[in-house]
Amino acid sequence: MSSTDFTWLIGGPQGSGVESGANIFSRVCAEMGYQVFGKREFYSNIKGEHSYFAVRISDQKIHSNVNDVTLMASFDAETIFRHYDEVISGGGIIYDADLEDTPTDKVRTLDAPFKERLHKELESHNKPFTIAGVLEIAKEKGVLLYPVSFKSILETLAEETENPRLKGLIRMFNVIGVSLSLGLVKMPPDSLQKTIGIIFSKKEEIAKINQQTATYSYNYATAKFENFNHTITGIQKEPGTLLVQGFQGTALGKIACGCRMQSYYPITPASDESVFLESNEILEIVHERPGSTAVIQTEDEICAIGMAIGSALTGTRSATCTSGPGFALMTEMLGWAGINEVPVVITNYQRSGPSTGLPTRHGQDDLLFSVFAGHGDFPKIVYASGDVEESFYDTGNVFNYADVFQIPVIHLMDKFIASSVVTCKRFDESKISINRGKLLEKVEDGYKRFAFTDDGVSPRSRLGLDNGIFWNTGDESDETGHITEDPIMRAKMMDKRMSRLDLVLKEIPDTEKVVSFGIEDYTIISWGSAKGPIIDAIKMLKEEGISIGFIQIKLLHPFPGDYVSSLLKDVKTIIDVEANYSAQLKKLFKQNVKRDVDYSILKYTGRAMTSTEVYDSLKKIVENKAEKREVLMHGA
Amino acid sequence: MALKMADFKTDVHNDWCPGCGDFGIVNAIQMALAEMGVQRDKTVMFSGVGCSGKTSHFINTYGIHTLHGRVLTFAQSAKIANPEMTVVAVGGDGDGLGIGAGHFVAAGRRNVNMTYIIFDNGVYGLTKGQASPTLKLGEKTKSLPSPNTNYNVNPIGLAVASGFTFVARGYSYDVRHLKDLIIQAVNHKGLSFLDVLQPCPTYNDLNTRDWYAGVDLVDEAQKRHSRIYKLEEQGYDPVVHYNEEAEVNERLAQALIKSLEWGNKIPIGVFYKNETISPYTDRLKDKIPNYLENPPAKQNISKNGFSDADISQILDSLEV
Repeated sequence: MSSTDFTWLIGGPQGSGVESGANIFSRVCAEMGYQVFGKREFYSNIKGEHSYFAVRISDQKIHSNVNDVTLMASFDAETIFRHYDEVISGGGIIYDADLEDTPTDKVRTLDAPFKERLHKELESHNKPFTIAGVLEIAKEKGVLLYPVSFKSILETLAEETENPRLKGLIRMFNVIGVSLSLGLVKMPPDSLQKTIGIIFSKKEEIAKINQQTATYSYNYATAKFENFNHTITGIQKEPGTLLVQGFQGTALGKIACGCRMQSYYPITPASDESVFLESNEILEIVHERPGSTAVIQTEDEICAIGMAIGSALTGTRSATCTSGPGFALMTEMLGWAGINEVPVVITNYQRSGPSTGLPTRHGQDDLLFSVFAGHGDFPKIVYASGDVEESFYDTGNVFNYADVFQIPVIHLMDKFIASSVVTCKRFDESKISINRGKLLEKVEDGYKRFAFTDDGVSPRSRLGLDNGIFWNTGDESDETGHITEDPIMRAKMMDKRMSRLDLVLKEIPDTEKVVSFGIEDYTIISWGSAKGPIIDAIKMLKEEGISIGFIQIKLLHPFPGDYVSSLLKDVKTIIDVEANYSAQLKKLFKQNVKRDVDYSILKYTGRAMTSTEVYDSLKKIVENKAEKREVLMHGA
Repeated sequence: MALKMADFKTDVHNDWCPGCGDFGIVNAIQMALAEMGVQRDKTVMFSGVGCSGKTSHFINTYGIHTLHGRVLTFAQSAKIANPEMTVVAVGGDGDGLGIGAGHFVAAGRRNVNMTYIIFDNGVYGLTKGQASPTLKLGEKTKSLPSPNTNYNVNPIGLAVASGFTFVARGYSYDVRHLKDLIIQAVNHKGLSFLDVLQPCPTYNDLNTRDWYAGVDLVDEAQKRHSRIYKLEEQGYDPVVHYNEEAEVNERLAQALIKSLEWGNKIPIGVFYKNETISPYTDRLKDKIPNYLENPPAKQNISKNGFSDADISQILDSLEV
């Protein structure tokens, strides 16, 4: 067992600084050597609805959140109502003492279905429908309560620092919450001061106020709070550790692998990636003049992919980044890219569908849609990354696939990855190889864009290349790219294009298709971000002497059926784990491997899986007590 | 060696209906490209879908026949990625003002340095003559089961309101005049729009070549009165001369009012021209100083097969 496995949760209304509070806490812990896995949950709302951040820290490598919260920092009533029951016995709740009498009815953002469940729970414990009521339940369970008046902290601080402005500065509540927490767990205070200095490095005055508030609150906790059993005082830091946000993996991958044009239409949770690219639009190039990425905000997702294709025709590595609803609009264009053999990358940060669905919540909903997107038969690649670190290197690979096979690539990411903040090993850009395939620098006379070749891939010219004139059309075409309706030419062109799927399976190395974490009698198949909770759950079981195998399938279309089949040939029980309703991978698996899976562990609440949940279901499976379809429900 | 008009023709069989107004437009484009002396491999024709969509196959430059309504999305980014290209996009009025109207408006806001030509005939020809966005309310062309129930889009007015900085109208049976307009449009610094009136001899039996020629307006002296007249011959000045709100507004308003003329008098020529608005490529240059010398399509992205981008500063900022 790891000696430190601690989850800190901060919550509050959107717009109240929950995120920056979590950033400070995460950064302090990372600075002090801990592994960090943080996840942000928020409503589709700008201000007022409940958001929270759960930051798990450990002295071991971690890949997911767990159900248990060790310490909760709240500065509003809603956070307590929604999360009091997640805090473990021996854990703590820091809360605003001025809120004790607040009834559930006074918190307007508590929605009816939640309130009904909460009232039922309070009734069963014979408690009033107030903050005091839920805190009593927590206390009876063994949770330590740390009441503090946030308002009076600010008042005292205003007096001590002779800064009357501080008195009403409720924006400071987040820093108070963070600092009280760090004081309680005895984190050395220097790291807190240093982190605040870094985060507010461009705003000296704000940094100073925050540092004063932090010092006061930290000291308040050490002086006035009763002893807390959990301490996190720092360990040896591994050099070369990054603290990254989930969308930065693909963004930095794009910069490194030479994507120089990205078009996008704003959509959660994908836009952050494009905004990050634009914020870093001017690029340092080794021994050369600066490069740049043209990031174009378009009028809709149709234009976004149209622009990516138009730019790709000039030989520029080009991409668009979107989420399910936007990707749905792109599908006609995807077919155009397919028939015209255009290398274009679509990064899809999936969220919960259908339709607008849960716009800010997680779901691995678009696997089957991606595989079957577009009318007519045309080749494409669907590839999924499992975490931030992987997504950096995968981004380099998917651009190579697009260029080498001259087909569109859908790179599946998701909201769980996008809004997580994690520590990982510093990305190594020297590992990003660049293979442009048959892209031409020079053209001989008599050039034909779609010339028949042995491997089905034609030499590729680009707009503006001397002597390289070609035609494209969404109609069926001949080798020059002019329209044809000749039945024989049609069949030949169809064969040429679709043969690329076999080429993909032949050329992409097995290690890039599937990652095996070990094969056992019980083996999990999964894809995308379910990887993290699975790895952590398997580790928990291993510590109990239960071995579970796991293969992470990254190349999902064309599906490496033969390879997956060979990996699983001795497996007795196959367990599918994914965050959608219909077990989409299971369907692909059945179609391509001609074998059924035995169990599915699914989640479609819009919240990411925790390793605790996956562990529980796996254990039930091993003990023969599980349903064929295990559905996970944890998380507010 | 200077290229001739014939050098801009392909040997692809042209399957438009006999008498189609599109022929005049393709000829005018080929004449204009030859006269301007553009390089064939530095020029790209983009086209939408419909009869006009086939245009790119008839012109011997790079030719990209895109999707219905989407031609501007492809064309703009090709120019942004490789600004040395001469980019001309073409499409029908249904293509550009029906399914593609959103892109039309957004393109105006960007003002990418390129040309968009709409083949405007009031009908969806390739699907057998349904009413298109420029057909007037209550009109009934021959294959409509009943008169058109929609009000028409005003292409010139929409272009002016959307931010296009060169807005003109041509007539496909006045090929030389149209050729001159195309040259002006291509040479314009910013996004230029050409609305080309183009009779569909098969499905539009109202706005025919004879109708435009005013055959029905013969007076007592047996003199014909063409409906088409040229703005430049009336002393109309479309140019925004200096960048002041009052000047710009006056030229915009003038163009909008002119665009409403229809019926017995139909103006062609340049309605509006404003080079005081920066093209999109200049706006990118303001953010990325070496963008024009080192645009996306020209950037070297690898050294010996590996990344040459240096992301160490960004990584340093993320390191703990």
